[in-house]
Amino acid sequence: MTTPSPATPAAEPQAGRDRSFGEHLRDAIQDSTVTVTVLALIAAVVLGGLLTAFTNNAVLHAWSDFFSAPGNAIAKAWDAAAGTYVALFEGSVFNPHDVAALFQQASISTAIHDNYLSKVFYPLSETAVQATPLILAGLAVALPYQAGMFNIGGQSQFIGGAIMAAWLGYAVNLPFFVHVVVCVLGGFVGGAALGWLAGEIKARTGAHEVVVTIMLNYVMQYFLAYLLSSHSLMQAPGGSNSITQAIASNAHLSLIAGTHLRINVGFLIALACAFGVWWLLNRTTTGFEFRSVGANASASRVAGMNVERNWALVMAIGGGLAGLAAASVIMGTDFTLNPQSYGTYGIDAITVALLGLGRPGGVVAAGLLFGALHAGSPGMQTATGTPVQIVQVIQALIVLFVAAPPLVRTVFRLRAARARGVSTSMSKGWNA
Amino acid sequence: MELELRGITKRFGLLAANDGISLSVAPGQVHALLGENGAGKTTLMNVLYGLTQPDEGEILIDGKPARFGSPRDAIAAGIGMVHQHFMLVPVFTVADNVTLGIEEAGRSGLLDRRKTRRDVADLSHRYGLDVKPDALVEELPVGIQQRVEIIKALVRQARVLILDEPTAVLTPAETEELFRIIRQLTGAGTSVIFISHKLREVQAIADTITVLRRGQVVGQRTPPVTEDDLAALMVGRNVQLRVSKDLAKPGEVVLDVAGLTVADAGGLPVNGLSFQVRAGEILGIAGVQGNGQTELCEALMGLRPTTAGSVTVEGHDLTRASPRSRLRAGVAYVPEDRTDDGLVGSFSVAENLVLDMYDRAPYSSGINLNLAAVRENAAARIEEFDIRTGSAATAAGTLSGGNQQKVILAREVGREHKVLIASQPTRGLDVGSIEFVHRRIIQQRDHGVAVVIVSSELDEIYALADRIAVMYEGKITGFRDPGVPAAELGRLMAGGADSTGIPGAVVGADGVTRVDDGGEPPAPDEPPAPDEPAAPDEPAAPDEPAAQDGQPAQEEA
Repeated sequence: MTTPSPATPAAEPQAGRDRSFGEHLRDAIQDSTVTVTVLALIAAVVLGGLLTAFTNNAVLHAWSDFFSAPGNAIAKAWDAAAGTYVALFEGSVFNPHDVAALFQQASISTAIHDNYLSKVFYPLSETAVQATPLILAGLAVALPYQAGMFNIGGQSQFIGGAIMAAWLGYAVNLPFFVHVVVCVLGGFVGGAALGWLAGEIKARTGAHEVVVTIMLNYVMQYFLAYLLSSHSLMQAPGGSNSITQAIASNAHLSLIAGTHLRINVGFLIALACAFGVWWLLNRTTTGFEFRSVGANASASRVAGMNVERNWALVMAIGGGLAGLAAASVIMGTDFTLNPQSYGTYGIDAITVALLGLGRPGGVVAAGLLFGALHAGSPGMQTATGTPVQIVQVIQALIVLFVAAPPLVRTVFRLRAARARGVSTSMSKGWNA
Repeated sequence: MELELRGITKRFGLLAANDGISLSVAPGQVHALLGENGAGKTTLMNVLYGLTQPDEGEILIDGKPARFGSPRDAIAAGIGMVHQHFMLVPVFTVADNVTLGIEEAGRSGLLDRRKTRRDVADLSHRYGLDVKPDALVEELPVGIQQRVEIIKALVRQARVLILDEPTAVLTPAETEELFRIIRQLTGAGTSVIFISHKLREVQAIADTITVLRRGQVVGQRTPPVTEDDLAALMVGRNVQLRVSKDLAKPGEVVLDVAGLTVADAGGLPVNGLSFQVRAGEILGIAGVQGNGQTELCEALMGLRPTTAGSVTVEGHDLTRASPRSRLRAGVAYVPEDRTDDGLVGSFSVAENLVLDMYDRAPYSSGINLNLAAVRENAAARIEEFDIRTGSAATAAGTLSGGNQQKVILAREVGREHKVLIASQPTRGLDVGSIEFVHRRIIQQRDHGVAVVIVSSELDEIYALADRIAVMYEGKITGFRDPGVPAAELGRLMAGGADSTGIPGAVVGADGVTRVDDGGEPPAPDEPPAPDEPAAPDEPAAPDEPAAQDGQPAQEEA
């Protein structure tokens, strides 16, 4: 089961050295999780491509004449799927036309002045903007996961952070830099309070954190709706819409690449948090306790650790990270709070953490990937008519495959077994 | 039906759970399988019931070899099993449970419930089981549920009935009833294999007793047999471990446990237990497993709440202290279950070596871990304790049991400590590792540490202890010198009263009971503890050589 599949020839060069069986085993397992994750992505993309192709009317029409013109049917299907992915790529990484346009400008100054440069980087900026809350919320799941806690409460913690960040944003008057710091910290505290609550309930009563966090999601969802329904609470004056006032411009997260790109300090905060979580887990006594409690609570208790305190603490920090995700949305892109602000971040957070294998670096990578899918999907819909929802389907497929490694192993082991001996061409095939 | 097992061997990796076990069960007999947890009883029965396949050996039924690929084969051959945890559907009636899996359809194609009900009623009547076919299982007391399991086996024409720890869940009255039923079954020609670790019950019901230890048959007895004899067989003394050991030089009392009581749902696993341990001495707590040793250790470490009594280390009251403050107060602890409680398997050896010290200098400053110090410590400990590992970064869970234990021991004795509590310190280890661990423990004693060893292996107790306490049902039934005959310890382990009956009396190596005539305790300023049943202050020194040479003759055939 742990033999490296032919798709990972990278594992081989190390094999010659004198290493213990344990090390071999561990490497094999780790490799295989990374391998499975990559293969899951590929499987999801392939399946997603088939789905886009066969929900496309032109393709379906061509396939009804399959027996008279099979080439046409296959070509149409390929065009539809490829077109979709190309549009996704252009919307999330770069668009060759924009790059070409940039180089056709007479001088660099005109390129910058007329926004050709911004246009080139616009897709990447959007990817970063979309990825920011996903990374932060993903960390909110990944960190408690390392301590053995499954945080399903991203949504409630997000709302908690959003309420704090938004209220501090519009109701308080502070100078520019201070206001941002206060709002960001407020977002953290708002999320941390809800995370801590779930952890503390588990620590004191043994109630399972999954149940508690799910219930808190409902509590916070309706609490937010209530807050936004009354002028005396958070509803913006002079209207009856469920929305707050816009936050003060002093509380906006600074843009970092000019006024034409939405990328802001929030993205840097997210990266810093990912590094911070890595540092916390691997370089501090607190993280040592988290990991120990997560790996073996019983031995941790015998070694004198306070397991319950660790549960509460890790959930508080996790909740705080979800609160920061909210702050990045409220202060970076939305500037107001409405009953839909929390979107699907709570669920996406689980997806991102799962795809990122619960590790901070993995969460950043997964967050960027999903950010790219989100950023590219509107352009994809415009260009190819593929509905935006296909992106959600691909996301769901990725999670499905990642969550069910045996499925991926079965799918790919079969092909790997058949192609044994030609593994090099196969791995080339993956890269193409 | 005559059932015979010949040379059954079943290995899990390097461990032989069953090692060449042979036994035969005659028709209408009760054959008891006696052994401690992990002795291989359950594995043997799983082989017999077709749940696992043996690596070697064969099963013969009426002299003909039989192969059981699954429980279905075993049932077809007339073997029935009543598991320790019942396999019943609580919301079904007795009759439905009995028929489950062998449903018979009537002419109409519907379940023939009437026939099952009649079968159940017949069997119930014939063997005096008093089970009503239409009762809901969830509403029945445990004793009756067990009878439903027996009926299930009988309906399937079982002629050999395996009862796996059948009395574990029963009250004494229910146990009596079960014994009556067993006698009726055997009277009708059914054989019963009765698995237990309770000496008294085995004696009461068995026609033949086979004692298993470490996967091997260590003895067969036919009642009447003394409980002492059985206890000695169960815990065994056939491995001679010789670790040279100087005389103990006990100093001040370091660990003082007085009237310690632990309550759980089932009663008082530790019941008003008292003992003292001096610096530089090893107290060995002997006893058959499950007599409160686990609970005692956990209570000593603050892992389990106590309802009465006190724990004091060098005069500091630790009764209410957290596990961490006990560790900080200088208590080193080697837990019984090393994979669950001693190590974090996925952590590296280096991390495990600081598992209870990571937050102290030099391993951390503030909240920063000092990874260099952790690595240096690992390198030193690996060298010092000869831990066989690929590297300090290897996951501890991948090491052999002996090396895992070395990691724990290295960690625990590596920090400042005055008391060492080690529970089953060599369970499951090979002989080489056992010797290593024993030597280290004696070294600790010689450095003036007060050592408590809890072990169900008499060998280990004899090899290490300067003083022996025997634990039975949460109490200490007696303190003895290490020269005490195994038969005497066996008697105490089986719950026998402290026969000397004289306070301060000690049974010496020669088996002669002497009265402590006020022989000088090594620390005269230390008042003798009034609540100890025997003389804890008796200096171990005069009897010490007996621990090496004076071991009583082997009793096993």
